[in-house]
Amino acid sequence: MSTIAADARVSARASSRAHSTVRRRRYLNNAGTLVLSVVLVVWTLAPIYNMVLISLEPEGDVFTDHIWPRVPSVESFWGVLTQGHWYLEHFWRQFANSLYIGAMVTFFALLFGSLTSFAIGRMRIRHGWLVSNAALLTYVIPASFLAIPFYRIMQNYGLANNPWSVIAALVAFATPYAIFVFQEYARSIPIEVDESARIDGASPLQVYLRIYLPLMAPALVAVGTYALLLAWNEYLYQFLLLSSKSSMTVPVALAQFLSSDQSPWNYMMATAIIYALPPVAIYYAFRRRMTAGLTMGGVKG
Amino acid sequence: MMDRASVDRASVVDVARPAIWRRTLSRSLRGNLHGGEYAWAVAFVVPYIVVFLAFVAYPVVYGLWMGSEASLYRELFADPIYQSTVVNTVLYLALGVNVKMFLALLLSGFFMRPGWWMKLLLLIFVLPWAVPQISTYISIHWMLNGEWGFLNNVLYTLFHVEGPSWLNDRWMALGAVIVAHIWKWTPFWTLIMLAGRMAIPLEIRDTARVDGATGLRGFVHITFPLLANLYLICTLLSTIFLLGDFNAVNFVSGGGPANSTHVLATLGIRNAFEIAHPRLGVAAVMSALPLVIPLVIVLMRKLRTTEVQL
Repeated sequence: MSTIAADARVSARASSRAHSTVRRRRYLNNAGTLVLSVVLVVWTLAPIYNMVLISLEPEGDVFTDHIWPRVPSVESFWGVLTQGHWYLEHFWRQFANSLYIGAMVTFFALLFGSLTSFAIGRMRIRHGWLVSNAALLTYVIPASFLAIPFYRIMQNYGLANNPWSVIAALVAFATPYAIFVFQEYARSIPIEVDESARIDGASPLQVYLRIYLPLMAPALVAVGTYALLLAWNEYLYQFLLLSSKSSMTVPVALAQFLSSDQSPWNYMMATAIIYALPPVAIYYAFRRRMTAGLTMGGVKG
Repeated sequence: MMDRASVDRASVVDVARPAIWRRTLSRSLRGNLHGGEYAWAVAFVVPYIVVFLAFVAYPVVYGLWMGSEASLYRELFADPIYQSTVVNTVLYLALGVNVKMFLALLLSGFFMRPGWWMKLLLLIFVLPWAVPQISTYISIHWMLNGEWGFLNNVLYTLFHVEGPSWLNDRWMALGAVIVAHIWKWTPFWTLIMLAGRMAIPLEIRDTARVDGATGLRGFVHITFPLLANLYLICTLLSTIFLLGDFNAVNFVSGGGPANSTHVLATLGIRNAFEIAHPRLGVAAVMSALPLVIPLVIVLMRKLRTTEVQL
């Protein structure tokens, strides 16, 4: 009896000790999570906070030493939206240029990518692997390395200051990713779907339009988002190929502010924030699909 | 091989029947597609082939031709700016890629924790990737301004320390570029690693836990071996993307002070457009080929075989 009681006492003490170590470990774990979370948030938000801080400064107050906006003012945002500074006289034109280039790149990357993936993956065209390899090669060549010859070629074609020169370059670099993702995604759609439509007398074009594209909708969204963000993020080709004030895009106009350290930084940061809003909104709206797309077609920055 | 064999067999057996022979030959060219179908399939791939030839293959060939003179490389290698650029590029690659990928690997484990807080934190954490590069890099550039930058203002307000002019010193400016790159791209690679970790079947993790492989042991013996291939592909891809990265250097340090923080991608553009010597610019970029070509070959092999096995 007594030994049993003693055993019970010992085990109770042991379990309470075990409980306290578990509790302590959980406490340390939570504290660690909290510390790391705070570090990550500060680290992530610092440059973004800096952008907001400077954009809220009234003009002339940029060159100060405080770390929060003393007299927050939306003057600079208003200045951007009304094109109220000589750096920004063509802001809406430039914004429209960015949008136009983004929309065209998205459209053509989706069109060419889906057509190519349909011919290779669904119709199994002979030598399709050659096209796949060409796409793979494009995917792993750094785009900036081709900028100089590309610029020369566009000069020879007389396409300087023409948005289509930029669109051509960006479509060439966005389509390979589209081809991968579409081919991967199409593997989940049974080929019998196409075959039965063909037996019913549908032409390849009809199969592509009526069956392939609707079934590919999730992949189209993922790749479309990717292509749009690629065009929105791109700077080098736009800088080289679009130099006139009316043909340039927002990133090129933004970079012009950097020509002197005495620039109106509040306007610059306000422009940078306004330019960042569409991609951030699109990213958060489609992030699940995008992440799925990223893991589907290998990876691309 | 198959095609040629079938054509050969056809030509031996059916010499007397050219019509059938012709059908077999055309069949071998077209694969299993019939006339009309084949025309459609060709029409579907032609747009991309044209884009590839005109805007990728042609610039590649043109670039190779532009940078084909040996004298260019003598001029290039003798340039002290080029010599420091090579050092910068190597440092940028070695630190930028590896620190970033290692952080991404660790942070992806952190973000595997359950709870709404982690989901919210992840949403904030991906912000650097979602915001356009130009916006964030110019913000970082101004943050590091010696007189009015946010970083020095914080240092002064909190610690009464006068910070240095971060971008006026070669090594600090290069460090700033590397940190800016890590800040910008760690979220993206963390998402990829996170997806890789999620793809590890739950049973494997549970079995490992029952067998006592938790914490560091679980990571070393279970998680990392399963992620190793993904980690390798990501590192290689990231190396090549970083080699072609123009924006971080161009906007954070601008290649300064005194052209001391250029990398090959920015030096190529500077040679071509600032000192108006396009061939020297192409030569600067081409001098990366001994690194690019093996990377491209390995990556093409890896990506072709493991496309989705993340």
